[in-house]
Amino acid sequence: MPGVETPIAAPPSRPYICFDGVAKRYAQRGGSAPASILEGIDLTVQEGEFVSLIGPSGCGKSTMLKLVAGLTPVSAGSIRIEGLTPENAREIVSFIFQDPTLLPWRTVEQNVALRLELEGVTRIRRQEKVASLLELVGLSHAAGSYPRQLSGGMKMRVSIARALSTRPRVLLMDEPFAALDEISRDRLNEEMLRLQAEQGWTAMFVTHSVAEAVFLSHRVLVLSAHPGRIAHEVAVPLPYPRTAETRLTPEFEQVVAHVSRLLRGVHR
Amino acid sequence: MKRRLRSVANAAAVLAALLLLWQLLIWVFHVPRFMLPSPVAVARAVVLRFGSLAQSFAITAAAAAGGLLASIAAGLLIALLFAQSPWLRRMLLPYTILLQTVPIVAVAPLIIMWSGAGLFAVTLITFIICLAPIIANTTQGLISVDENMVNLFLMQSATPSQILWKLRLPHALPSFFTGVRIASGVSVIGAITGELFAGSSAVGQGGLGYSITYALAQLQTDYLFALVFAATILGFLFYFIVVFLEYHFLHEWHDSVRVTEP
Repeated sequence: MPGVETPIAAPPSRPYICFDGVAKRYAQRGGSAPASILEGIDLTVQEGEFVSLIGPSGCGKSTMLKLVAGLTPVSAGSIRIEGLTPENAREIVSFIFQDPTLLPWRTVEQNVALRLELEGVTRIRRQEKVASLLELVGLSHAAGSYPRQLSGGMKMRVSIARALSTRPRVLLMDEPFAALDEISRDRLNEEMLRLQAEQGWTAMFVTHSVAEAVFLSHRVLVLSAHPGRIAHEVAVPLPYPRTAETRLTPEFEQVVAHVSRLLRGVHR
Repeated sequence: MKRRLRSVANAAAVLAALLLLWQLLIWVFHVPRFMLPSPVAVARAVVLRFGSLAQSFAITAAAAAGGLLASIAAGLLIALLFAQSPWLRRMLLPYTILLQTVPIVAVAPLIIMWSGAGLFAVTLITFIICLAPIIANTTQGLISVDENMVNLFLMQSATPSQILWKLRLPHALPSFFTGVRIASGVSVIGAITGELFAGSSAVGQGGLGYSITYALAQLQTDYLFALVFAATILGFLFYFIVVFLEYHFLHEWHDSVRVTEP
């Protein structure tokens, strides 16, 4: 329809992940005052929202993901995921690490099946699911390969398929594409948006790349370090669906420039 | 295939040249037979005394295999305990290094004094000498699992036994095989060392180590050489079996299937 703007993705609807006064501190050796990683984090992520965390090393952005995953407890405050504690929400949360963390002794197929296997899904159900997941990430042809035979981008696709295997409602990603070349990274960014549009999960994404954060997110959070705090919050007004073309628009360039300036500000 | 054939041919040519050189040395310098028998004399000793040679071979093979298998079982168990408990590991792992540095030649007579001479003592000595590399390597493999791999399992609420069977044990397999490969080499040395002291329980017939001392005492140098070759072949056989198993289990997914001695 001419004259009608491309619709912005389903407007983020209801609070899904809530940080309430969250702090994370680690005890130091020798009994001195505990090191403060995160302080006073208040944040609400809406259902279906894609939020990126960006900031200098040591600002606690990875720690925020670990807290949501329930891999480490908060020191103060609370986190709720659809009203549940992180420990109780594990079933609906998936984590994608920077390293694909594939088990090298398992084939692609068996790697994707791992979480289903741990959940006790029957073999036949598993095979069906794995086949459709591999199709989803474009790896059906490599089902029987071992990880060492795959490129970095392909390994990451396997990792994504495995993360999506349990139909998560929340996807936590800790610099998943940092080790990839730019072309693979851009392509996987586009695919993540397609997958999110199809499946509607809520995402928290840690990255060092401003362009990646802007391209993927509804909202970019800029963190400052020592202790980690949310310093700035930038809503990304770019319409969906975002494609490779989106990166070439002046609006995209503007947002990237804006976030880059804020990031330089917190780097001191 | 062609390349493999050629490398076999090369090795055979070197062997032939060495044998020829050996024979030439004897002809040129008139070395007495009890000092250095000719290759032909050694070959004759192998043929004439093949029965007793084979029997010695079998006895030593049994002791070495028994000691090696026992050390694999015990080593695996101890490594699992070490992997489960950092406390236990800190307390006891240093002693496995001590186990490795213990001069087995000095301790062997003691063991024989305590357990009596014979197959059991020899197997025990082999067991002791094989244990350390298996414990050290397997423990390392079990505990060196990437933290995020463990997190992956934890996020799926995996049980400790699932983490052990689906993550730690397969992850440890390459290092376990490294340990077994090292142990397989020393197992034959351990058995022969043991037999040098303890193989005389069966009168007139013992393993390779015992027969070596006996042949030396009798100045049957040609038979001594035959025994040494048999021992070499036994060591090679053990090593080859382990390398074959290692290849069988690892070659599909693991890059560093090495065929060379560490």
